[in-house]
Amino acid sequence: MTVTTVPTVATRPGVVELAGVSRWYGNVVAVNDVTMTIGPGVTGLLGPNGAGKSTLLHIMAGFLAPSNGTATLGGQQIWRNHDIYRHIGLVPEREGVYGFLTGWQFVLSAARLHRLPNPEEAATRALDLVDMTPAKDRRVETYSKGMRQRVKVAAALVHDPHVLLLDEPFNGMDPRQRLHLMDLVRRMGSEGRTILFSSHILEEVERVAEQIEVMVAGRHAASGDYREIRRRMTDRPHIFRLRSSDDRLLAAALIADPSSGAVSLTDGGLEVQALDFGRFTRLLPKVARDAGVRLWQVSPTDEDLESVFSYLIQPRA
Amino acid sequence: MNTVVADITYRAMLGRKRILLLVLLPLALVAVAGLLRLIGGPSEGTAVMLMKSFAVGTILPLLGLVAGTGVIAPEIEDGTIMHLLSKPISRPVITFTKFVVAASLMAVFAALPTFLAAYVLIQTESGIAFGFALGALLAGIAYAAVFLLLGVLTRHAVTIGVIYALIWEGLVGGYVPGARTFSIQQWAQSIADQVSTSAFFKADVSIGFAIPAIVVVTVAALLFAGQRLRSLSLTGEE
Repeated sequence: MTVTTVPTVATRPGVVELAGVSRWYGNVVAVNDVTMTIGPGVTGLLGPNGAGKSTLLHIMAGFLAPSNGTATLGGQQIWRNHDIYRHIGLVPEREGVYGFLTGWQFVLSAARLHRLPNPEEAATRALDLVDMTPAKDRRVETYSKGMRQRVKVAAALVHDPHVLLLDEPFNGMDPRQRLHLMDLVRRMGSEGRTILFSSHILEEVERVAEQIEVMVAGRHAASGDYREIRRRMTDRPHIFRLRSSDDRLLAAALIADPSSGAVSLTDGGLEVQALDFGRFTRLLPKVARDAGVRLWQVSPTDEDLESVFSYLIQPRA
Repeated sequence: MNTVVADITYRAMLGRKRILLLVLLPLALVAVAGLLRLIGGPSEGTAVMLMKSFAVGTILPLLGLVAGTGVIAPEIEDGTIMHLLSKPISRPVITFTKFVVAASLMAVFAALPTFLAAYVLIQTESGIAFGFALGALLAGIAYAAVFLLLGVLTRHAVTIGVIYALIWEGLVGGYVPGARTFSIQQWAQSIADQVSTSAFFKADVSIGFAIPAIVVVTVAALLFAGQRLRSLSLTGEE
């Protein structure tokens, strides 16, 4: 008889799991009771400066012990476990690069430290990936900040890790380099790697991450696709802007239903505060059809990441 | 021992400003020996005095400080150590490799110049040059381990190291009888005394204590440094 065991989420390779993780420094709580699972794909760790993103990322990278709780990768403890680095690539925010080495020497040293069978080939491939081959023979101290960032990414990728942790990776990059790295991160995520990057720039997270984890004041404030997170905020009405063949008639029809909290006529059409997102989106076409009104435009105005984030960091009074 | 870690550490030590200190201190020792030879001619008493108070009493602990803390403390300070620590290498291996680098630097920049300085004064007379060179080598190894540990333990390794090297090793270890037993420079003198036949000096600490003490201090410092590096916390910019 053959028994097949299905690995649990936590024991799958490439799954980082935090369970009840807290970290404090004296009386200051940097991270407070965070439980989250980071799986394959690109996850953005979002939060304002000082929210605990870096602390959390350092706990996941094994550079900080949780004061409480556990951090594991594929079921293995991360803290004080150097073997875990066979599966983790880390791009720290701090410079962390030996300026006296050339880009090639730096990445090659990473390949050799991983004891890869063909370190030269791995280093060449990694430098190619980040478009640093033309500058590989220059000393790192002569690089721009963006180039240093890319060479750190190359060193982190040289052993083809399951998990890539990047702390504010786009800082200091020019727009072209930023787009290139964003593309690379998305591509690696689509290949099934677990990629977690921290950022306080909404646009970066919106463009790259499929999943977001939001940290606010050391707490895990939200998790998931940001549109989903927005829909779960039932205490905040969704604001829609509508344009139709007869805004006034449509306003009268909509206000009759309890899913619409407030309807106002504006220069650009109608603005509706929907109290129940699901009911409103189902109801709107029906109400318009029954009233003989043609809908020309329906656009949610506070479903972008910026609105979601501002709602999360500024709770309602 | 990891050759990549050793290679990076040698480059950091020899390709930067730190090499100036590693070169200038022994150069000063040999220059003083040359000057004394020019002024007073060859003198065994002068040679012993120079070796005890300057070579082993001052230059050796300072070089130990430069080499021992230099192989690790700056990397912890600027975060470059992450490049090594984020690899599947046991941290005691990283510590040991860095210790080997520091110890080899002590051999080249401390033991060899100690021999040269004594040789400039009195050649190989009474085994003083060989004795103090061997003492500087073994004590230099112990200093390398102790200061490496200090570099892992605290971000203020250089300040604490200077205080230790000058106050404890330079003053207390030199002049307070009870404290001499626990002074690395006194252990260096015991080894020198064992090799040398000079009538101009007599070590205060027995060789039977000095050698085991060097071994114990070196091994204990390395083990402790390895364990501390395993638990080293590094944080980001937040």
